[in-house]
Amino acid sequence: MSEHTHQPESGRTRDLPMARSMCWHCQSEMTGEYFCGRCVKVQPLSKELDYFTCLNLPRKLNLDEQALEETFYALSRSFHPDYYATKDEGEKAISLGNTALLNTAYRTLKDPVQRAEYLIRLEAGSAKDIRTSPPADLFDEILELQEDLDEFRSLSAGESDERRQELLEKLQADRRTLEARKAQMEDRLQEQFGRWDALPTEAEGDADVQTQKDAVLAGMQEILSNRTYVKNIVNDLVAATSPTAEPGRSAWH
Amino acid sequence: MALIVGIDLGTTNSLVAYTAGDGPRVISGARGQAKVPSIVGLTDNGLLVGDPAKEHLVRDPSRTIYSVKRFMGKAIADVAKELHYFPYALQEKGGVIRIQVGEKTYSPPQISAMILKELKLRAEAHLGEDITKAVITVPAYFNDSQRQATKDAGLIAGLEVLRIINEPTAASLAYGLQQNTQGCVAVYDLGGGTFDISILKLKDGIFEVLATNGNTHLGGDDFDRRLVDEVIRDIDTRHGVKVEVSPELMQTVRLEAEKTKIRLSDEPQAHMAVSLPDGQGTYERTWSRDEFEALVLDLVEHTMTPCRRALSDAGLETGQIDEVVLVGGSTRMPLIRSRVQELFGKTPHCDLNPDEVVALGAAVQAGILAGENKDMLLLDVTPLSLGIETMGNVVSILIRRNTTIPTSAKEMFTTYVDGQTGVDIHVLQGERELVKDNRSLARFQLKVPPLPAAVPRVEVTFLIDANGILNVTASDIRTGESQSVQVKPSYGLTDDEVETMIRESFQFAAEDIKARQVIEARTEADAIIMATEKALQRATDLITAEEIQSIHHAIEALRVAKAHDDHRRIRAGIADMEKVTHHLAEALMDATLKEALESKKLSEVTD
Repeated sequence: MSEHTHQPESGRTRDLPMARSMCWHCQSEMTGEYFCGRCVKVQPLSKELDYFTCLNLPRKLNLDEQALEETFYALSRSFHPDYYATKDEGEKAISLGNTALLNTAYRTLKDPVQRAEYLIRLEAGSAKDIRTSPPADLFDEILELQEDLDEFRSLSAGESDERRQELLEKLQADRRTLEARKAQMEDRLQEQFGRWDALPTEAEGDADVQTQKDAVLAGMQEILSNRTYVKNIVNDLVAATSPTAEPGRSAWH
Repeated sequence: MALIVGIDLGTTNSLVAYTAGDGPRVISGARGQAKVPSIVGLTDNGLLVGDPAKEHLVRDPSRTIYSVKRFMGKAIADVAKELHYFPYALQEKGGVIRIQVGEKTYSPPQISAMILKELKLRAEAHLGEDITKAVITVPAYFNDSQRQATKDAGLIAGLEVLRIINEPTAASLAYGLQQNTQGCVAVYDLGGGTFDISILKLKDGIFEVLATNGNTHLGGDDFDRRLVDEVIRDIDTRHGVKVEVSPELMQTVRLEAEKTKIRLSDEPQAHMAVSLPDGQGTYERTWSRDEFEALVLDLVEHTMTPCRRALSDAGLETGQIDEVVLVGGSTRMPLIRSRVQELFGKTPHCDLNPDEVVALGAAVQAGILAGENKDMLLLDVTPLSLGIETMGNVVSILIRRNTTIPTSAKEMFTTYVDGQTGVDIHVLQGERELVKDNRSLARFQLKVPPLPAAVPRVEVTFLIDANGILNVTASDIRTGESQSVQVKPSYGLTDDEVETMIRESFQFAAEDIKARQVIEARTEADAIIMATEKALQRATDLITAEEIQSIHHAIEALRVAKAHDDHRRIRAGIADMEKVTHHLAEALMDATLKEALESKKLSEVTD
């Protein structure tokens, strides 16, 4: 039968860790491809697959965005449920699971902040959450700002307009300061990206390299937790001072 | 393999399309029109769907259901503000609206299923084969409950819904196929009851949605209502007639307002005439486009905020949008065209018929699912953030809005007290911080073995599939056992209810064309008998006794014909009636005209 002999058009051969070493359908041995060489059924991706490997990228922080998008589109063409609508339930479920994983991987790596956070978790070896913390040097200013914000919120429009206007101007100035600070942090994060990417990748067991890696990761972690903190305050300021803004949360992480 | 059709299940009109060798095309009905009004008449004679039901609307408003899409996946509280516009009675059971018609009640999916069945029959008649599979479109901003309700409607209509696809993205497929566009596209879709904006990136056959936003309760219906409210006030002032107390008159005004709105898209002025009941004259007024636009300006502005939010979520400036596409009948309004053009700084495309483009796109997607189109692939997003309730009535977000679907999120749950055997989970959708400000989707309870507190570990996977519908699975991490999760929808039908409705649908089904023709003929006969009997009351001075006698005979003959299952015989009876009442109709017309003229003279005198 012809379906035993030819590969589907979209089935490029590539080394992606699969969940099993044998085809779930025909039990023939797998050779590191995501379609069985014999029965052409799609194979489930390994749950342990990391996002960089999934999208065929080195574990670097400055990445080739065009290559990322191209790989994402190519893999979408291989796995997307729209191409499995007439297949059996087993293949449908695998297509769904693989695509969900692929979409998460792409979304995470596309955004520089999420990419860095993911790398830190990945390198730490466990799902260690990055806590938010205020930048030490801004502690007092943020405390004051929070008080102003509380007072501003408690004043409804129409009453004590003068005080309200005064606070509004102050908060808007604070917002500009914090936004500048956030941009600064992003620049510093970018520097760390460069430092990380310059470290040797194949240095298993090299204690010196490991120390350097840990230092970069710790540095990034601090910047990220400060940045998230500042970002949350900026969001609060936007929500309180510009009534047309989206209520609640921002779209990005 | 069996053909998959694409269906646009709209608020005002619905269409069915399919993909043939040379591309997608819509299927027209016997009278040549592609649009089926989304109106269902549950008459004593049987079921009417589409144009015949629309004709029935002003005669029997309480049994004629329109705009049912506004009720999909909703509870009564969600539509409380607009209840007075609808001539039919609404109830609620299990978080689902039920429409009361006579003794029976119908859920919105059941009514939608009647429309879907009509489209299914139409497709079967045209294609000469059984149709059992469909792609159905929904507004991109529909939440989980509304999507599930649409899927239920398909099931009740005997259709396997292979995919729920978003209307603006469907439209982009139809446009993309035609023009081979590359780059960023904004699709502005304003239909009869809903508004969507979607921003897409088109590249080498991939249609990647970057962001979507909208309002599932804003559309042409709302524009009509502004005009209706104005006309009601005007009729009261000028004629002292309260429109609201007569459902029939209310529907006449509504349909007249809709027509006026449509005419004002092409002409700077439109004349409106509504004949008032019981010889109270005729309300007439000429509307200018400016007057109408002033009434709806704020509604048009309401669509601008979602556009800006979608752009911001997509991370784009208006200048980065390469093309703007208009979809939906309401985008024919010049005011909307100019506001969209202003916002995006681009002349919007409207080359494809805005009424048909969504159905065409659904047919393109059907071709992709059938494996006939390997070039195009749609990567859509979930429009709303999905989260669960946590301590302090706060929502913890698991999947953010505008995340590409399918997507999943895992969350670990444990117990707080020793021996606890269940964990309650409340799933919500929306962008707000507090539980009460978001849409409740579902609740379920995880089963946990009785162990000391914090020992059990149950991992729950929340998966949004390619239809944008939530699926929940759970597994015990210690034992590795997975457990089935019985999710109770907050605003949806239970599986058992859907089963019952599928069975019931066969009872109220006008399965073949012949039966439908009989129902339509009988309903028309009823209407003409009623109208004639009413006219006869005024006939004594206008026509001869012989004429009156022969009209009575014709009524009796039509009643007899109606009792038979032969639509031709009923039609013949109707034709006879029209013949014998011809003189009466003319005489009545003259009399009314004379009255009107006299009252006009009178008013001229008094002025």
